[in-house]
Formats: sequence, structure tokens, C-alpha cells
Amino acid sequence: MPADVLDTLVGITEGSPVDLIRRRRPVTRDHAQGSWLALFAPEVLGTFLLKERYAVSLFVVAVSGDSLAEGFYRAGLLGEGGGDWAGALDQAVEAGRTQGPYGRWAHHADLAAEGTDGLRYRVTADLRAKLGVRLAAALDHAHLLVFRPREASQADLETLLDAGWSATDVVTLSQLVAFLTFQLRVAAGLRVLKESIR
Amino acid sequence: MSHSLPTYPDLEPPRGFTQETLAWAPWLPPLPEEEFTPLHWEALVDKGRAKNPYFALLARAPEILRERTKTDNDIFYSTEGGLPRAERELGATTASRVNGCVFCASVHSRFATQNSGRRDDVQRLLDEGVKGQQEPRWRALIDAFEALTSTPVRLEARHLEALREQGLDDLALADAIHSTAFFQWANRLMLSLGQVQVSKPA
Repeated sequence: MPADVLDTLVGITEGSPVDLIRRRRPVTRDHAQGSWLALFAPEVLGTFLLKERYAVSLFVVAVSGDSLAEGFYRAGLLGEGGGDWAGALDQAVEAGRTQGPYGRWAHHADLAAEGTDGLRYRVTADLRAKLGVRLAAALDHAHLLVFRPREASQADLETLLDAGWSATDVVTLSQLVAFLTFQLRVAAGLRVLKESIR
Repeated sequence: MSHSLPTYPDLEPPRGFTQETLAWAPWLPPLPEEEFTPLHWEALVDKGRAKNPYFALLARAPEILRERTKTDNDIFYSTEGGLPRAERELGATTASRVNGCVFCASVHSRFATQNSGRRDDVQRLLDEGVKGQQEPRWRALIDAFEALTSTPVRLEARHLEALREQGLDDLALADAIHSTAFFQWANRLMLSLGQVQVSKPA
């Protein structure tokens, strides 16, 4: 069995206070790890390659500002032979970093005044040529989900389908990005908790 | 390119955040029940969910659906100590309010109200957002939930100190973190795979 990823991302050692707290919720602990395994070591991989999963993940955690998770997913990308994408991904991350959430609701009249604008990131043509249309479309969608999920529309899913993602791939991609926003917050929260117990 | 996706010309979106019951319609075709394998049925955890368009769509990727649901259920329904259920639901509601998920906020604000008996305080969170007036314990919780929902995460030691002053122990702090973190996941699926609408009588 691979090591528990949240333990790795937080730096939790066996028998430490935060380890003991996590083990008081063994079902949560097991299925947080199970969720990671379902995405990165699935029984049925389908057409969403592991190299693509690590590339999307590196982008998501890096634009979210988590340097520890960035190192973890970069190692995964290199392990899957994705080193040829690393330079372009780093450039995309530099251009995509911002603070969220923000955005405008298209359909809720009472929330119109509360909407805010922010970076609506799209991979540039130069990087699109290096990463390919399919991965570039996934990064555009990942940025939307991370920073302004309230602006997501059916047209965004059509863009993914046009770029070669199947309906099942779109569901898995959505789960991957959404899961990562969970994982990096559990990690961030447990890091603060860990420091507070010392 | 045309992908013959489902469309909803008669959609009536809610005007804003509400504790009323809402409906949700998928933007991609759910997996038809006749295509379910044993892995898909297992992934639903609760088989009745095959009739629910959200879970039937997520069933296209069964392994992660199964693990997602088991994670969700334990974070919100575990009963041995820790943060009271009402305040886990407050975490879900705060995340949904900040991210902008009107559907998720409707479900979990109702659960927060049912479990706390504090409908007006919950409604103020929906109406006025995270800055609305709250008594000290919910104030400290909502501030921590908001900081954890931000990207990059802004949660700091002072947030946890404020919660300890309100009586939270280590397990309750871990529950607060997990409940809010989980709704980052849920909000993004609900917001990006379909649309919320006013529930119409059957």
C-alpha cells in the first residue's frame, strides 16, 4: 500500500498528536486516501491518462499556492514521464496564480450586485502548442473550477468535449479538480492544527 | 460541434440563497440505469440514488464516486465526540455561501437549522454573507470556515485559538476543517456539472 498522502502532505508521523486525531475518524482517513487512490491508482483507468492527471494536479495545487503539494504532484508527473510538460506547466501556473473565489452569477437576480471580477485565465496559444489542445482545455477548466466555480456553464463542458474529452472523462476531470481543492484544504488545516499542538 | 446535451428551456433559477428545497438538472447525460455494472451499483452506496440525476451522472466514474460518498458520510454523520452536527453543517453552508453554490447552501442551511434550531442566524448567513452578525461561537467558526475556503487558504493559528476559546477540542477542530474542506469538493461538482432550479411540484 502506498503511504497515506495527507500524512505526507502535512508531515504527520505515526503516533504524533495529529496522527492520533486522524485515527479517531478512521473511516474519513481511509476514504480520503481511497479517494486519492481512485484517481491515481484506479482499477479502471479509461482514457484519462495518469500523466494528464498529474499535470492537471500540479497546475491546480500550484495556482492554489500550496508549495508542498506542488512538489508531491511534480514528482508524480515526472514519474509518469510527463517531464516534457513541466516547463510549460510552470509558465501556466505563473500566469494563473490569483486569489479566489470570485465571479458573477449568471442566473440569480438577487446576487447580481455581489458578483466580482477576477482573472479569467486561458492557456496562451504558445503554451497550447506545447501542451496540446486536450490538456490545455483541461487547465482552462481547472482554473475556472478553482477560482470562479459560480461562473461554470454547460458551454464549458462542450468546450471540453470539443477538445477530445468524453463525458466520462469530464466527470473524472471534475472529480479530480474538486477533490484536490478538498485535499489541499485538509492538508492546510491539519498543518495549522499540528503547529498549534506543539 | 453538437453533442446533443440535455437542455432546460423552462428553467426557473432561484433569485438567491434560500433554505427552501431546490432542484438540480445535469448538463451531461447521466449513466442510463441499464448500463450499470456491479461496480456502478456499489459506487452509489445507496442504490436509490440511481434515480437521482446528480449521482447517476457521477456514476460514470464509479470508483471516485464510491470513495467520495464514504468520505462525505463519515465527515458529516460520525457521532463519537468532536464538532456537533449542526456546526459541521454550518461549515458546509459557509463554504457554499462563499463559493456561490446556491443548491448546496439550500440543502445544508436546512440541515444547520434543523440541527441547531437557529433558523434566523442561518438565514442571516445566507442573506448578508459571512460578515453578517453572529454570536461569538458561530462568529469564530464562520471566520475560520471562510479563511479555509479562500484560495490560497488563509487559515492561521489565531483562527484555531479563537475556536479553542469557544470550547472546541482537537477532534472538533479536525471536524471543522474536514466539513468545510469537503464542501470545496461538493460545491465545485454541483456548480459545474449542472444547474440549480426552483423545485416544481410533481
